[in-house]
Amino acid sequence: MPTRVLIPSGVLGLGFDSAALAKGVAMKPDIICIDGGSTDSGPFYLGTGTSKYSRAATKTEWRELMAARAHLNVPLVIGSCGTCGTKQTVDWMFEITKEIAEELGQTLKIAKLYSDQSATSLKTALNNDTIKALEPAPEISCELIDTFENTVALAGAEHIAAALNSGADIILAGRTTDTATISALPIMRGDHAGAAWHGAKVGECGALCSTNPTSGVILVDFDDKGFTIEPLAEGAMCTPHSVSAHMLYENSDPFILYEPGGHLDVTEATYTALDDRRVRVEGSVWNAQKPYTVKLEASKIVGYQTTIIAILRDAHYVANAQKWTNQLQEFLVKEISRRMDLAPEDYTLEFRLIGVDATLGKLESKASLPSEVGVLGIITATDQETAGEIGRLINPFVLHYPLTENEELPTFAFPFSPAQTDRGALYEFALNHIMELDEPMSAFKLELEEVSYA
Amino acid sequence: MPKLNDVVLKVRSKNAGPFWVTIDVFCGSDEAYEKVTKEVSTEQVATLFQQPTSALKRFDIPYLKVVKFSLPRPIVQGSRFDRDMHGAQWAVLLAEYEL
Repeated sequence: MPTRVLIPSGVLGLGFDSAALAKGVAMKPDIICIDGGSTDSGPFYLGTGTSKYSRAATKTEWRELMAARAHLNVPLVIGSCGTCGTKQTVDWMFEITKEIAEELGQTLKIAKLYSDQSATSLKTALNNDTIKALEPAPEISCELIDTFENTVALAGAEHIAAALNSGADIILAGRTTDTATISALPIMRGDHAGAAWHGAKVGECGALCSTNPTSGVILVDFDDKGFTIEPLAEGAMCTPHSVSAHMLYENSDPFILYEPGGHLDVTEATYTALDDRRVRVEGSVWNAQKPYTVKLEASKIVGYQTTIIAILRDAHYVANAQKWTNQLQEFLVKEISRRMDLAPEDYTLEFRLIGVDATLGKLESKASLPSEVGVLGIITATDQETAGEIGRLINPFVLHYPLTENEELPTFAFPFSPAQTDRGALYEFALNHIMELDEPMSAFKLELEEVSYA
Repeated sequence: MPKLNDVVLKVRSKNAGPFWVTIDVFCGSDEAYEKVTKEVSTEQVATLFQQPTSALKRFDIPYLKVVKFSLPRPIVQGSRFDRDMHGAQWAVLLAEYEL
């Protein structure tokens, strides 16, 4: 049965064109799907179980989508709630949903899909050899698993389907692949599986697959042979090039996309312009694979940081910024050892020169003389107190350290008081692995809740 | 000598998950695509990013006029010594590459 999916934007919190959304609603989609997360903003969000986007932006946009859903009486699905898709952010999204339901006077059946993995279940899987490393993968052991703050598995179409089968009006999913919220319903209704995944991949970033990437809203029609994609904002167009090029985006292989339960192959896909806005795609292939696997993500604390920033504007120091930093670093390592009894391996102190090579480091090949250089000192230690203490210890030297012995003490520009800032914990991604499952739902938990404010 | 950026439409890079970075060269014309596929070798790109050639995956995609390189991130996204959370500035190195 053909399935029409409305995708308001690439992620909740980034905004969408309300006029385009209204146009999409008028086209009577069977479901509204939006993504809520990604690893792209780094390991902090998964480590802390928090959202990157503000609650205010999230609530404003979610309200608009909840109103659209109520008008259409179709399911509204969000994947990877609150950036990282942990239980904490699914529950955060649930609170927001309840508040809006009350404000709008809605009665709703809400499904919460939890993707969190406990240390115990991970260790069992590791001991049963059902966790496999992807390339490249960090080390894994039972001891290391105990250091993970949060671990999630990426839900697939089967999990979203289970939530849809529960009859939920709104599905708040924990960590989910970007595509699975979109592909689930077309697959359930017997549409072409290759098309379901390919259309989902093209549509998951909203209008990024069109000629007007910031316009948001996209409509995808799935059927038993392929899919048709259409951007809804005024002036936005999908072309065979913009659609086919989207497989390149954030994907290391432009033809293959791995998903829970198999992979999509678009090598033989054909892209045809139906008019100047819509593109028809056929010939994508879904290869189901056994055993069923889901990808794992984990984040752990590896230290605590303090940063300090000074700006060099004196031309002599700007010209000698690298030399100055090298000398300063050497001096500070001795001072830290002498005054704090810390060996160099107990902490890291790194200076990055903004205006010289702070972005690319040793890969930088361009030499130029900027008018000023920002010196960003980054201290990482085993606890915040130590990192902060190192920051206080180095503070006067970052401010006054002279290039030569017989010169008047220089004083550089500190933009802040205090000059140093405690950044809290430093998190790192700790897994690039997949886990085999006998049954897709076995590592996930689905809860249904009804709220009534009518 | 012209830089890659002078010849092609756009060079972009982005994380492909926390452990990979991928760089897309949109050539924009058959002429530019031919020039890039002929004059930019995988070895040269590997040298630019100070990685072994074997670490790079390369895709020449004629119908899109795109040349794509993917490589494991030498420094995992967001880890202690990472300088570019989204991996989006890596493209600049290749864009400024002299043909």
